[in-house]
Amino acid sequence: MNQVLPPNPNPNILDLSGVGRQFGALVAVAGIDLHIKRQERRAMLGSNGAGKTTLFNLMTGDIPVSQGTIHFKGADVTVLKPQDRVRRGLRRTYQISQLFGLLSVRENVYLAARGIAGNRFSLIRTQAKDALMQEAENCISAVHLDDAIETEVGNLSHGQQRQLEIAMALVGKPELILFDEPAAGLSPTERRDLVRLLKGLPQEIGFIIIEHDMDVALQVADLVSVMHDGRIFKEGTPDEIENDDAVQALYLGDGHG
Amino acid sequence: MGKYIVLAALLLAYPTFVGDFFTFQIGAYALLLGTVALSLQVLGGYGGMVSLSQLTVAGIAGYTVAILGDNTTNVMGLGWPWWCVVTAAIAIAAIAASLIGAISVRTEGIYTIMITLAIAVSFFYFVRQNYPVFNGFTGLAGVEPPRFGALYLRDPAPFYYLSLAIAAVFFWAVRYERHATFGLALQAIRDNPRRMAALGYNVPLHRVAAHALAGVIAGTAGVALVWFNGRISPGTVGVDVAIDILIIAVIGGMRHPIGPFIGALVFVLLENFAIDLIDRERFNTVIGLCFLAIVFLSPDGLLGLFDKARQAVRADTPKPQEPRKHPDKLHHNR
Ligand SMILES: Nc1ncnc2c1ncn2[C@@H]1O[C@H](COP(=O)(O)OP(=O)(O)O)[C@@H](O)[C@H]1O
Ligand SMILES: [Mg+2]
Repeated sequence: MNQVLPPNPNPNILDLSGVGRQFGALVAVAGIDLHIKRQERRAMLGSNGAGKTTLFNLMTGDIPVSQGTIHFKGADVTVLKPQDRVRRGLRRTYQISQLFGLLSVRENVYLAARGIAGNRFSLIRTQAKDALMQEAENCISAVHLDDAIETEVGNLSHGQQRQLEIAMALVGKPELILFDEPAAGLSPTERRDLVRLLKGLPQEIGFIIIEHDMDVALQVADLVSVMHDGRIFKEGTPDEIENDDAVQALYLGDGHG
Repeated sequence: MGKYIVLAALLLAYPTFVGDFFTFQIGAYALLLGTVALSLQVLGGYGGMVSLSQLTVAGIAGYTVAILGDNTTNVMGLGWPWWCVVTAAIAIAAIAASLIGAISVRTEGIYTIMITLAIAVSFFYFVRQNYPVFNGFTGLAGVEPPRFGALYLRDPAPFYYLSLAIAAVFFWAVRYERHATFGLALQAIRDNPRRMAALGYNVPLHRVAAHALAGVIAGTAGVALVWFNGRISPGTVGVDVAIDILIIAVIGGMRHPIGPFIGALVFVLLENFAIDLIDRERFNTVIGLCFLAIVFLSPDGLLGLFDKARQAVRADTPKPQEPRKHPDKLHHNR
């Protein structure tokens, strides 16, 4: 569907201008301008409560903005529902896994694919050879969960659940994926696997990754943004950020809660 | 698969081994009550929506049969041909179920139970107070199933096979649907409705559709039940009976479509034979105690107990492979 549109002169996939969100008196996100290029890989750093997850929620439409506009692939999506943004190629994972615990890995990923593909009320079983089921299997392979494909999700380890979250974001030709702390709670080995997985994602998939672990963030990202108190406080290449005194102070100090 | 063939053979042969009472009052009745409870199992077990108005939906179908078809009460009895009556009754039940769904789907947990209970109570008082159409307290009597030549559907064996056919069709339909797109989505909505909405599913509409499908199941059983009783009155759709349906589903187990039928069989046997041992008033106490015992021992009803027993037996024998962590998977037939 996207292909029939005339080529978009805007090289950015995501443009936020003046995007803000308040919860009562609390300013969670304070008028952020952010521009992400197509196929870009961006890391978001920032202490707890900096507003990173809220910013993701605004991008996906999970919560509405208080002010500002959001353009995805050049089109204004500020008031679109999450599912309409998903159908345009935006995906996300959640900081706390949002899975269907009594269904299998295959069924979880299949449902994610079906949500995008349509025919969601079908009373028919989808056969293994069906293209959509094949796609679900490919996404499961991409996160190395093949062996657990028929396992009930409630029985997966924490690390496997994080992998499954990613598989569910890979279905249906995503163009930009928002990863919300995918490495949270992972062992060092699992972290290494995650880095390899993210680096190995197809070139055409851009992503923004929220990550506390600077090592992970700096390995996978082209550019890094640092958030603090609802604002983007610094933007730069991994090298610049790693050697930035203000960022170091923010990370090592604890004066911000 | 094999176990279902054995079960089917037993159920088909059953009337040849037992008398009319066991064929009709126990066999057919348990199958039909089980079918009504199956509609609750679909909503509660797969949809996470415990509805107390499934008996009401069956009752709406039953009243429709008595009103549009023939009865001997001189109230309504429009005398439509039986196939029109049956089609209309099931369609009206499905529509009513969709409306009940539309009213209740935005609630969760205990509130769903309360709203559907309120609907059941309202319907009970409504038919009891309405004389022109529902003939109030007395209800409508003399409702007959169709005759096909010498075949009289109310005879024990034909009626048993009719009930068996209804139960079997819906049992298989539910078993199939559980792994179809609609059924998977329904279970996923039960587990995490917000995520399903974010994935592009219309959660309220999906739930209403589940109510409609469950309405077809309950409505079809309702048609057969009015033929079984030959009459329908407010007592048929009372709250006590609505709660019996819940008890049946919970006793049997809400996890798998066989549960409601096991529950119905236990319930019907207790209802018929506990009375021989104790007097009528104590019957509810017995049912209540059985209910408590089963719920305490196993949140998954008798099905859960079977699974536990099976696991215990397995644990005693040397394990060929890692033991099943998941009782659920015992019933997965892909
Ligand atoms: N739904 C909400 N209602 C009220 N306050 C919220 C809500 N979501 C987030 N917040 C608050 O907004 C701030 C930013 O939170 P969040 O975006 O989760 O931060 P981060 O992901 O960077 O740790 C926090 O102070 C948090 O308590
Ligand atoms: Mg967060």
